[in-house]
Amino acid sequence: MALLPPRWRLVLIVLVAFCLPILSGVAWLFLTGSFDRVHGLIPQGSVALKNWRFLWEAVGGRPPIRVPLVNSIIFSIVVSTSVVLISSMAAYAISRMSFPGRRMYLGLVLVLHAFPAVSLLIAIFYILRRLGLFDTLLGVILVKTTLELPLGIWLMKGFFDFLSWEMEMAALVDGMSRWTLFRKIALPLVRPGLLALWTFSLLSAWGEFILPFTFIVSSQNFTMAMYLQTFLSEAFADFGMLAAVGVFYALPVVVLFMIGQRFLLNIYSGGVKG
Amino acid sequence: MRRYAAPLLFLLPATVLIVLFFVVPVGMTLYLSFTDMSTLTFRNPKWVGMGNYPTLLRDPFIGKILLNTVRYVSLTLLFNVGMGLALALFSSSVRERWANQVRAVWLLPRILPPVVYVLIWHGLTREAPFGLVSDITGISQNWITGRPWTVLVLANGLVGASFGMLIFSSAIKSISQDLFYAAAVDGATTVQTVRRVVLPMLRWPILFVTAYQTLSLLTSFEYILLLTDGGPGFYTTTVWALHAYKLALSNYFGNVQFGLGAAMAAFLVVIGVIVSLIYLRIFNFRELVAEPKVEVN
Repeated sequence: MALLPPRWRLVLIVLVAFCLPILSGVAWLFLTGSFDRVHGLIPQGSVALKNWRFLWEAVGGRPPIRVPLVNSIIFSIVVSTSVVLISSMAAYAISRMSFPGRRMYLGLVLVLHAFPAVSLLIAIFYILRRLGLFDTLLGVILVKTTLELPLGIWLMKGFFDFLSWEMEMAALVDGMSRWTLFRKIALPLVRPGLLALWTFSLLSAWGEFILPFTFIVSSQNFTMAMYLQTFLSEAFADFGMLAAVGVFYALPVVVLFMIGQRFLLNIYSGGVKG
Repeated sequence: MRRYAAPLLFLLPATVLIVLFFVVPVGMTLYLSFTDMSTLTFRNPKWVGMGNYPTLLRDPFIGKILLNTVRYVSLTLLFNVGMGLALALFSSSVRERWANQVRAVWLLPRILPPVVYVLIWHGLTREAPFGLVSDITGISQNWITGRPWTVLVLANGLVGASFGMLIFSSAIKSISQDLFYAAAVDGATTVQTVRRVVLPMLRWPILFVTAYQTLSLLTSFEYILLLTDGGPGFYTTTVWALHAYKLALSNYFGNVQFGLGAAMAAFLVVIGVIVSLIYLRIFNFRELVAEPKVEVN
């Protein structure tokens, strides 16, 4: 506790006022998803189950909800798992092995961490077309994984640097291979880091909009973000159903955030969104 | 050579992906910007050299887009840093338990999927009797078409402020307790302590957040695309990055102008490369970005 002025309760009231717009936004989402109509934040009419009919029927030419749902689940799990695996391998090499160009590699990772990747979308579009990966889930998975790598490598390097050398030395002397050592000794020791990075990438991939929106066109490959966006872009949007889809889509995020809040706070200070 | 087999293997997957989707695209953006590639000429584009750049300058809207970009970046930045600072100072002045609750609430906009976050904005800014903003102000209008810039800056700001909030909060936390004791012994009020002790210590973090967010705001357009789509009307809220994206990737005028869009993006890519190289030199990234993440429980 750095500062604790005598009248800190007054400050708390100001802070609560700061939080009100955000909290009322979330409240609006839940209320509008549940009721017939909502004026401001006051529900009118009765609880409306019809807002949720997207769960059991296809709405207005869109694919049934399970298509984007399954795609989003595959997308975010594959992305987060690949990010954790690939970046911890690279981070381990950077942290523990000596090879020519090691400093440069580290510098590259750092520069990429600050580099705004959205400016590359046009070129990436061209590359995906050339590779035949345009309009495939695999293509978007590869791109998203890559964009998360600089943060992941940097984060995991910090964790590996933190480990003491002795156990690994002993294992090496006993003739264990680098790969077995990495899998059996190093990885289990950095489990908190792996979990934090995995959760972070999972949340980031689950919410990802601009990549699938740009690189996927056929509705069989839609993700949840795109599915929701099709409702939003309608001229006369049905806000009841929009909000219900929004709640359905955002609920896992909110739950996961509440569970992992404490260690996620640390990662977000190194995050990449403006 | 065998000595390096292990590091090579460990680095292989990361390197392939980074080369394919980071390094090659940087070069590719520059290459495409020198061609006339469009939907019609996708298979065999013609080399036009610097030809795209005069075309860009002749665009009657380019001045407006440039102004919009400056406006968007500076206003959002002002809100982000100011609000981030206010949140960090205030939340550091209350008991830890409350501080964490407040910070968690302000992280929500960042955690929510962007489409859901924007959907909430669309809902709150509707006409009366539905929209909360119309209800409170008593002025019934669609605020996104009525006051697009205000909505745009606030919507981006509520997401962006949490970055500064987290960095500044951990910087305040790391200020030596002795300084606060010394200030208290000298009879400094809280306001004086903040002005004379805390703020001077925050100089580098503030500079860092400003620099980092300038670059990411310059290239970001996701929320603009979802909120106003560059409108209402002609280019009212179109920024540089959005225009480049639309030229190259969305069916704006029927024929997608890939080369022209790439020429616009090339500006951003070059700025991005130069600025992030400068960061590496000026800021000790190690301390500013990485340290707080190493907190193992």
